[in-house]
Amino acid sequence: MTYFPEEVVEHIVDFLGSHGDRNAVSTVCKAWYQVDRLSRRSVFVGNCYAIRPERVVTRFPEMKSLTVKGKPHFADFNLVPYDWGGFAQPWIEAAARGCPGLEELRLKRMVITDDDLELLSCSFPNFKSLVLVSCEGFSTDGLAEIATYCRGLRELDLQENEVEDHGHQWLSCFPDSCTSLVSLNFACLKGEVNASALERLVARCPNLRSLKLNHSIPVESLNKILARAPHLVDLGTGSFTIDNRSETYHRLINSFFRCKSLRSLSGFWDASPFCLQAVYPICANLTVLNLSYAPAIQSADLTKLVGFCFKLQKLWVLDCIGDKGLVVVASTCKELQELRVFPSDVYGAGITAVTEEGLVAISSGCPKLNSLLYFCYQMTNAALTTVAKNCPHFTRFRLCILEPEKPDPVTNQPLDEGFGAIVRSCKNLRRLSVSGLLTDQVFLYIGMYAERLEMLSIAFAGDSDKGMVYVLNGCKNLRKLEIRDCPFGDAALLKDVAKYETMRSLWMSSCDVTLGGCKSLAAKMPRLNVEIINENDGTSESKENLSDQHKLVLCQQFTSVSNDIMFTSNDPDVCRRVRL
Amino acid sequence: MDGGVGYVDVDALKATELRLGLPGSDEPSEKPPPPTTTTTTTTAARPSKRSLDEDRAARREPSEGGRATSTRATKAQVVGWPPIRSYRKNSFQAMKTEAEVAGLYVKVSMDGAPYLRKIDLEVYKGYKELREALKDMFKCFEGCKGSEYAITYEDKDGDLMLVGDVPWEMFTSSCKKLRIIRGAEAIRGLGSSQ
Repeated sequence: MTYFPEEVVEHIVDFLGSHGDRNAVSTVCKAWYQVDRLSRRSVFVGNCYAIRPERVVTRFPEMKSLTVKGKPHFADFNLVPYDWGGFAQPWIEAAARGCPGLEELRLKRMVITDDDLELLSCSFPNFKSLVLVSCEGFSTDGLAEIATYCRGLRELDLQENEVEDHGHQWLSCFPDSCTSLVSLNFACLKGEVNASALERLVARCPNLRSLKLNHSIPVESLNKILARAPHLVDLGTGSFTIDNRSETYHRLINSFFRCKSLRSLSGFWDASPFCLQAVYPICANLTVLNLSYAPAIQSADLTKLVGFCFKLQKLWVLDCIGDKGLVVVASTCKELQELRVFPSDVYGAGITAVTEEGLVAISSGCPKLNSLLYFCYQMTNAALTTVAKNCPHFTRFRLCILEPEKPDPVTNQPLDEGFGAIVRSCKNLRRLSVSGLLTDQVFLYIGMYAERLEMLSIAFAGDSDKGMVYVLNGCKNLRKLEIRDCPFGDAALLKDVAKYETMRSLWMSSCDVTLGGCKSLAAKMPRLNVEIINENDGTSESKENLSDQHKLVLCQQFTSVSNDIMFTSNDPDVCRRVRL
Repeated sequence: MDGGVGYVDVDALKATELRLGLPGSDEPSEKPPPPTTTTTTTTAARPSKRSLDEDRAARREPSEGGRATSTRATKAQVVGWPPIRSYRKNSFQAMKTEAEVAGLYVKVSMDGAPYLRKIDLEVYKGYKELREALKDMFKCFEGCKGSEYAITYEDKDGDLMLVGDVPWEMFTSSCKKLRIIRGAEAIRGLGSSQ
């Protein structure tokens, strides 16, 4: 193969879509490394502390799209202190210096400031797309910079970020010459947005296909917007409360009727049952429906709505849909691939309206189901076994029984056999979250059968070190392992330290590992970044046991990262990250 | 701070304290120092790891015939559980607050009464208070048929349910209207319950 001219190798390599495949290509030989390096357009950095930004930029000078992920996944659940890190600044600065041709930036769980957004907006003349997911640290002032200076912006997608509200002027900062928008999502903004500026913006962007509004946009505005943008494919409604006898309501029905291209609906923040009826005409075309932020819609109305959605492929709902509602989903949505059922009672007082019955119904009615996130009150081994038999195509299976360590309520047994059935049947399983009462046995099954598993989340499970060892020994493709409140200690942590070099990251909190164990690991594996997050005032560092305030985070590291990036502050009251 | 689990002997400490006042007289306002443990956390009442293991071992007994509620502190107090993104939690909290401001008014009807009443469920802390308030409200209509009645409610699904079966919060979130049933129907229904 080395006799092929570079152009040919490049042409072949271009067909490779996944980052993993391109990474593999680059390790074959120096020539191929160079070819990949100079032709790589899309770069994915799964952990922002694994490699220095400068290194990435130097290696891939023709980079057009950069994706960076920051905080560990458990940061979503407040297990990572707010000042832990994950700063976008060094990445934007490095890219500004080394890759001025950058067109797209996607960040997840990172801290990005208004200054960073300002730098971004003036450093990349061809910048087209900004996607921020679960980020924080910026305000609407930063958005104003993007709107003002990013000529030719196609996509501004803000998903579930914490954004400080400094007023509604930012939207008006899109100049009259801006006509290029294809996707605009500001659903997570808490404040007012200038509705008339929005209407004018939509009117002058003929290519707009995806628009997600926030709570402040009234239905009257939605009507005008839909009138101007009948080619919308993906819509997130704003406020959705109207009197169903009003003129506005009738216009709304007409507006929806005219949107023949609409395939995806979300929003519905304060939707009342009547208003949902306006949506009935287009239900038959929908492939994606997200009602998970509409707690006011009760089961009967939800069920009625979903009953019209024959083509639905992705459904996100609240558990108030109930088992009965899920039966209707099962009989209607034969194309369903992804289902997420969230609890409407977010503080987990433990009572939800869905049980194993709903899940079993879905599994028998929707054979194409491959992705599941299911918060429920209880689960049985029998149900899981049935689900495993009905749906062998799961790639993502996340089950959260709200009460920790809850056994099968019928047999009072742990749920080992049920999850065992899932991993045995679903040969393509890549992501798994387990819950309920579980012994080491379930981990034996996972290690034995979950060959393609890449990410595993464990909480309140297991009996001994053996559990963790089964997983580390067995799952060859494991990349991310996150564990909380399990009786796994130093023996498990240190059993197979070489394994961690094949993984992206390990998280352990409220387990039985000790500081000594972590130090030992760091000493054995100098190339790993072994870090203790200490939420205390620092005085308990001398303790041998890691208490609840200590968390172990471990990640692969390709270049040594200097301490000034690691330590976020010398102030003892602030989170201390100690690199061992 | 030493690393061991230490409980300060409060009485012994008090005895050695130098204070003004006659010996034997206790200062009621004085607070004894709290016992120190290594596992005190900012989240309330998380059990120490040792007791957690004991809990787990105890719970392994399958013959135990149904598990009692977890000895972990109420689930709401376990940090980061259930695993819901804080963005989602915060959104719901904001929506809930908005609803709370509005109050939770439901109609109350009573068999035989000429008109209905409306009450704000959020004013009451539990079923006892609710019953008393309703009794008070409909006092004037208690006729010669005697005071046998059952308080029922219509829930989210439109079903008529007996008040008192489910936890209070669950009731208030699902109750659409109340109906006081009187007479023979009520007595029959109540016969089998507590």
